Amino acid sequence: MTKTNMVPVPSLGIIPERDVNRMPILDIHHLGIDFGGLHAVEDFNLVIGRTEIAGLIGPNGAGKTTVFNLLTNVYTPSRGVILLDGVDIRGKKTWQLNEMGIARTFQNIRLFNKLTVEDNVKVGLHNICRYSTLEGVLRLPRYWKMEKEAHEKAMELLSIFDMQHMANYVAGSLPYGAQRRLEIVRALATNPKLLLLDEPAAGMNPSETAELMQNIRKIRDDFQIAIMLIEHDMNLVMGICEGIAVLNYGKIIAKGTPDQIKADPVVIEAYLGRQGEESLHAEG
Amino acid sequence: MTKYKNLSSPTKNMVSTFALVIGLFLILQILLLTGSVSSLVKGQLVPICAYIVMAVSLNLTVGILGELSLGHAGFMSVGAFSGVVMSSVLKQAGASDGLRLFVSILTGCVFGAIVGFLIGIPVLRLKGDYLAIVTLAFGEIIKSIMNNLYIGLDASGLHVNMLKDNLNMTDGRVIISGPMGVSGNDKLSTFFAGFLLILFCLFVIFNFVDSRAGRAVAAQRDNYIATESVGINVTKYKLTAFTISAGMAGMAGTLFALNYSTVVASKFDFNTSILVLVFVVLGGLGNMKGSILAAIVLTLLPELLRAFSTYRMLLYAIVLILIMLITNNPEMKHVVDTVLSRIKGLFRRRKGGAVND
Repeated sequence: MTKTNMVPVPSLGIIPERDVNRMPILDIHHLGIDFGGLHAVEDFNLVIGRTEIAGLIGPNGAGKTTVFNLLTNVYTPSRGVILLDGVDIRGKKTWQLNEMGIARTFQNIRLFNKLTVEDNVKVGLHNICRYSTLEGVLRLPRYWKMEKEAHEKAMELLSIFDMQHMANYVAGSLPYGAQRRLEIVRALATNPKLLLLDEPAAGMNPSETAELMQNIRKIRDDFQIAIMLIEHDMNLVMGICEGIAVLNYGKIIAKGTPDQIKADPVVIEAYLGRQGEESLHAEG
Repeated sequence: MTKYKNLSSPTKNMVSTFALVIGLFLILQILLLTGSVSSLVKGQLVPICAYIVMAVSLNLTVGILGELSLGHAGFMSVGAFSGVVMSSVLKQAGASDGLRLFVSILTGCVFGAIVGFLIGIPVLRLKGDYLAIVTLAFGEIIKSIMNNLYIGLDASGLHVNMLKDNLNMTDGRVIISGPMGVSGNDKLSTFFAGFLLILFCLFVIFNFVDSRAGRAVAAQRDNYIATESVGINVTKYKLTAFTISAGMAGMAGTLFALNYSTVVASKFDFNTSILVLVFVVLGGLGNMKGSILAAIVLTLLPELLRAFSTYRMLLYAIVLILIMLITNNPEMKHVVDTVLSRIKGLFRRRKGGAVND
């Protein structure tokens, strides 16, 4: 893998060199949310470049998934500003945020279990292949045209993970790894600018993880989108992420390139405890 | 892994449901022509059609949308009374019976859908049991309003009021007279119209389910948050499905009301909502064929049990329980499956024999 040069930008973040002259896809300032008296996420600042693969890591309960839920307005932030492609997303609903370009997967897989694999992807294509409900009920020409297009697009997207032959299977009956991949395909179907992956490699074996790494990179290259991922598998995070943020107790304790993060004593202490230095090197 | 095709493909399901309805209609037509249908059953043909439409429309809400609605008779009531008023207006205008029935059913659909839409806005924000309770309440509210509604028609047009004395009629006729309901209604509904209405509703439902909107509805039933996360305005599609369902209930109401000379609001009460829900649950959630068959059997059953006079409803309940037990019993299902596959095997052998010859 060729190493990306990460450069500092004015708002205290770092982004890949190739993205410097373009508006960052995500620019988060002082983001925070309280649950009762608990500051689940506090003073969260992050910049992500247009085609960056960013990692968000941290011990269990650090607030990583909460950050994703704030970005998709599953939770409404208590404080802070999120700029998506330069636009403030305050007050937008989850489905509007998807239309604006944020797509995500879930830590505990959320597929449409009773629908077929193809229909799962077609639900993702909802806003891409459009026709009105009336056109659908009356089977007007636009329905046939758009449904044909949706079928072709769904098959094309499934082919990223070589899943075309599974199109007619019921999603809930797929093996775990395939379900995770299908969730990524469904998110990609919405034509996002920023893809949020919540533990994409959870439950996968090492060879599946290696394949997933290649696929994530391929998705970034083919679709030219930014990808932000939460992951506990250090091989994956250190292998493909260009910028990494480490979260602990709701606060960012370190930001940097994989090499910087690996060497950061604060991270090692927070992540693995004081004696954990060796194991991080072993894993990474 | 289960292949969806092996379970049932949507198209196959749609074709077989239409075949079932058309087949039953043709058989009944032949029986009617040969005069072998008792007057008891003959009188139930239109109500059965209305109940089938009710059952398939409620199946859209309960089976496909996945929300338990206990106020479906309310929409039927709205459709019934708006349809009756329209038919009276058209009578004054001198329209033909067929046109009156058609426009009345359309009116029932529009009013049912409007009320469904308005009720759907607050109701669909709720989930599960709470939604069921609130639909129950709205069903009762509609019944109470209809029970106190007076509508009269004279030369100057329609008069609507909640008090009889305030109608301000000079001459003309009171169409809806509060708790006394409608009397002297023209019986416009025909079995054929009911049959066409069923076909229309099935057409709409199957096409809706197998479209972009239908997928959105099915997706939110499986996983609400994931559906929103792929950019679907879930509330919009829930409301669409609920409105369609209410509009169909309105059409069923008009068909039902125009089959009788007197109609009262108390007919469309909680019991009717539950009765239709029983059709849906017995027939299977999301299973249109099941809803149709359940509506037919359970509408005819009380009539066929009339011979037992006092014990009629007791026997009805027992038969209902037995059907539920038998259809949900895996061993019974196995027996039925074995018999069916043997019958299929017989046919196959015969076909094979023909080829060998």
